[in-house]
Amino acid sequence: MLNYDLVVVGGGPAGMAAALKAKECGVESIIILERAETLGGILEQCIHTGFGLHYFGEELSGPEYAAKFIDQLENTDITVKTDTMVLDVDDNNLVTAVNKQDGLLKIQAKAIVLAMGCRERPRGALEIAGTRASGIMTAGTAQKYVNIDGYMPGKKVVILGSGDIGLIMARRMTLEGAEVKVVCELMPYSGGLTRNIVQCLDDFGIPLKLSTTVVETHGKNRLEGVTIAQVDEKLRPIESTKEYIECDTLMLSCGLIPENELTKNVGISIDRITNGAVVDEMRQTDHKGVFACGNVLHVHDLVDYVTLEAQLAGEGAAQYILSDCAKETEYVSPKTGNGVRYLVPQKVNIKNGNDVKLYFRVGQIYKNARVVLECDGEIISSKKKVKLAPGEMENVVIPAATLAKMNSDSTITVRVEE
Amino acid sequence: MCFDVAVIGAGVIGALTARELAKYKLNIALLEATNDVAMGASKANSGIVHAGFDAKPGTLKAKLNVKGCSMMPAVCADLSVPYKNNGSLVVAFSEEEMETVKNLYDRGIANGVPGMKILDKKALKELEPNLSDEVCGALDAPSAGIVCPYELTIAATENAVVNGVEFKRNCKVEAISFSDGVFSLKTTLGEIKAKYIVDAAGAYSDEIAKMIGDNSVELVMRRGEYFILDKAVGNMVSHTIFQCPSKMGKGILVSPTVDGNLLIGPTAEDIDEKDNTSTTANGLNTVKTFSVKSCPAVSTRNAITSFTGLRAHPVNDDFTLGASKVNAQFIHASGIESPGLTSAPAIAEYLADVITNAMGEVEKNDSFNPVREEVFRFRHASDEEREAAIAKNPAYGRIVCRCETITEGEIIDAIKAPAGARDVDGVKRRTRAGMGRCQGGFCGSKVVEILARELGCEVNEITKFGASSNILFDKTK
Repeated sequence: MLNYDLVVVGGGPAGMAAALKAKECGVESIIILERAETLGGILEQCIHTGFGLHYFGEELSGPEYAAKFIDQLENTDITVKTDTMVLDVDDNNLVTAVNKQDGLLKIQAKAIVLAMGCRERPRGALEIAGTRASGIMTAGTAQKYVNIDGYMPGKKVVILGSGDIGLIMARRMTLEGAEVKVVCELMPYSGGLTRNIVQCLDDFGIPLKLSTTVVETHGKNRLEGVTIAQVDEKLRPIESTKEYIECDTLMLSCGLIPENELTKNVGISIDRITNGAVVDEMRQTDHKGVFACGNVLHVHDLVDYVTLEAQLAGEGAAQYILSDCAKETEYVSPKTGNGVRYLVPQKVNIKNGNDVKLYFRVGQIYKNARVVLECDGEIISSKKKVKLAPGEMENVVIPAATLAKMNSDSTITVRVEE
Repeated sequence: MCFDVAVIGAGVIGALTARELAKYKLNIALLEATNDVAMGASKANSGIVHAGFDAKPGTLKAKLNVKGCSMMPAVCADLSVPYKNNGSLVVAFSEEEMETVKNLYDRGIANGVPGMKILDKKALKELEPNLSDEVCGALDAPSAGIVCPYELTIAATENAVVNGVEFKRNCKVEAISFSDGVFSLKTTLGEIKAKYIVDAAGAYSDEIAKMIGDNSVELVMRRGEYFILDKAVGNMVSHTIFQCPSKMGKGILVSPTVDGNLLIGPTAEDIDEKDNTSTTANGLNTVKTFSVKSCPAVSTRNAITSFTGLRAHPVNDDFTLGASKVNAQFIHASGIESPGLTSAPAIAEYLADVITNAMGEVEKNDSFNPVREEVFRFRHASDEEREAAIAKNPAYGRIVCRCETITEGEIIDAIKAPAGARDVDGVKRRTRAGMGRCQGGFCGSKVVEILARELGCEVNEITKFGASSNILFDKTK
């Protein structure tokens, strides 16, 4: 059995930033366990630019963004094991992993950072009727085929879902010579970033059909076409709007699901909305010494925010490992008000002594609305927003001074005012 | 060369029959039209080992069902295929349906079904607390079980091949002629000669029979749609829960699978096409509506996937087994709808008897080995077994399918096995790689790579399930 102060599960942007931050805070022995063959996570296949604008102040590709952290890691004594799958985390923070070289690995950790990322919602979970032809795949899988393996997964493409990966792949496939016929979005608004709709669809003349879904797939062997239809306000397909579109590929970009199988095995509480762990402001879960950050905690749209969140988790883990006496804690759970779907963190230690940033998403599009933070009946901030959209994560800061005045009966609410 | 027997169709019936015939000193060919075994009804059905109270007493269905049910545990043990004796319940929702339950009980007694009991509501709810409060009672048949139908077919084929049966895939029979006591089969792989034919071609068994001028088999294709739900809800019920049967079949069931998922379905809809395995919005809605009637907590929010199975429903409502009236060397195995899977081991024995009796003196094959060695399954292994396996072959230390914890070593085994996997779905059925929550989103491309490497071809030659189901086109610019 091996002993490490900190085991980081996942070597994507979240895991790397958490490990580096913990090192910076003085944690001695750290190991990163990554299931892929390389560090970097999904960034490795995101060869488009747009990463790092917030964090580094420059526009980088996914691999470039990842490389900045991989380079830093190489200058530390943090142990990295790639091609290594974590099988289990138990109640006492004993981690079981496996790889080809070491066989089964048992690692006793003082603290653990969970940074396993997320997966795409597959066809089976979408209830699209029709045949089981080849050529139906998630946008991320298609992205790997094109950008990593160097093969075209299709020539005539329909994309269902206007999540960011779908939008990026619409452009990518077009640049590689495929014909992207249409992007269909079930909701009346896109789930992706505005900049991606402009740069990936509008600039290439690819139509985006809102309130439209794929109702049936056709073709016995390779996909031959799909039937699309508009949906009513209850998202039910409208029979009279059915339309057949010939295509050999259907790409799905219909949502991301945090991969919390390990988290659930440990018995950590899961937030029903985010599908990630319930955490405090340092991203500690309700299992002592286990932290979570990045897309395994809640799905982000910008990697820059993943990095910032992971640094909090790394700092939190370091505090947990290094401080002999437990920190003073008194928790308040912020409440979601009008228009706010969820808040991360779900609980705040008012004895923390620092500003605490609450991240959230809204449930629909708002124009010229205000984001209001109310603590103990007092409006702490009310910020005007030209546009709020479900596809763009927002945040609001609770100042340290406000927290200092609170007690365990205090209330914190974030809401949207139109 | 002339085979003694050509078995047409590598579904569960063809595979088990070929294996049964391999117990004799015979040259046997197992011919399959598609790229893999279990590509028809054997791939997509409920996977239930029925107790045998449904079929009309005196029919082949009734006799072979009860016998097959009792044979199944031993056959599965020999072939290292998971089988679970979880028992079944036919649930009644009214006093009228309780009458049906009593009739089924009487039928079961007549058919020789062991251990049945009629349960009242209280006893039923104690046994299965997640059942609806609307239930009145149930028929409890403890001899029923569950098995994975394609795994059984794959294992039976492997064992048949190990015992000398020649398996030919992508070998579609297009015409049959007969002269000098020998059949000549025109196939997509050329001419094949055989003294006997077993027509186990499932949905196409009527067309095969017509090739020798036998028009006696009449089939109607019946579509059944299902959902597979996540393992997180796999223990919602422990028994297989049926509703009262109708003339279209046994109705919508809710059942655990041997792999730990929850299965709901099937619908029953007669269609014209033999290979239309499309799901439909209506069908899937029907499955939802009726499964919730049994178990209100069932939700397709937990759906991993949906699929359609086609059963070849015989117009005469019974299996057609045995020599054709047109040519006694042509052996029917037609109309094998439910309880066909359950009956399969008994049908195989029955057919082997018919053939060996017709042949007269047939020598036993003393070297026949009924045992298919257990395949290494990382997810089921203990730490010690895992250590040992990785020490022997490091590929068992590399997880390819993260949802189902399937290693590269297992995938290579599946490809190298007798009658092994040649496509992505073949790997999936043999190993479960791609059957989990992400449905191959992460491992699909890795499986394609491993297939290409092991088969010595390019990745864009790899298919999902043979024919033109290619996954990748040309290289990028």
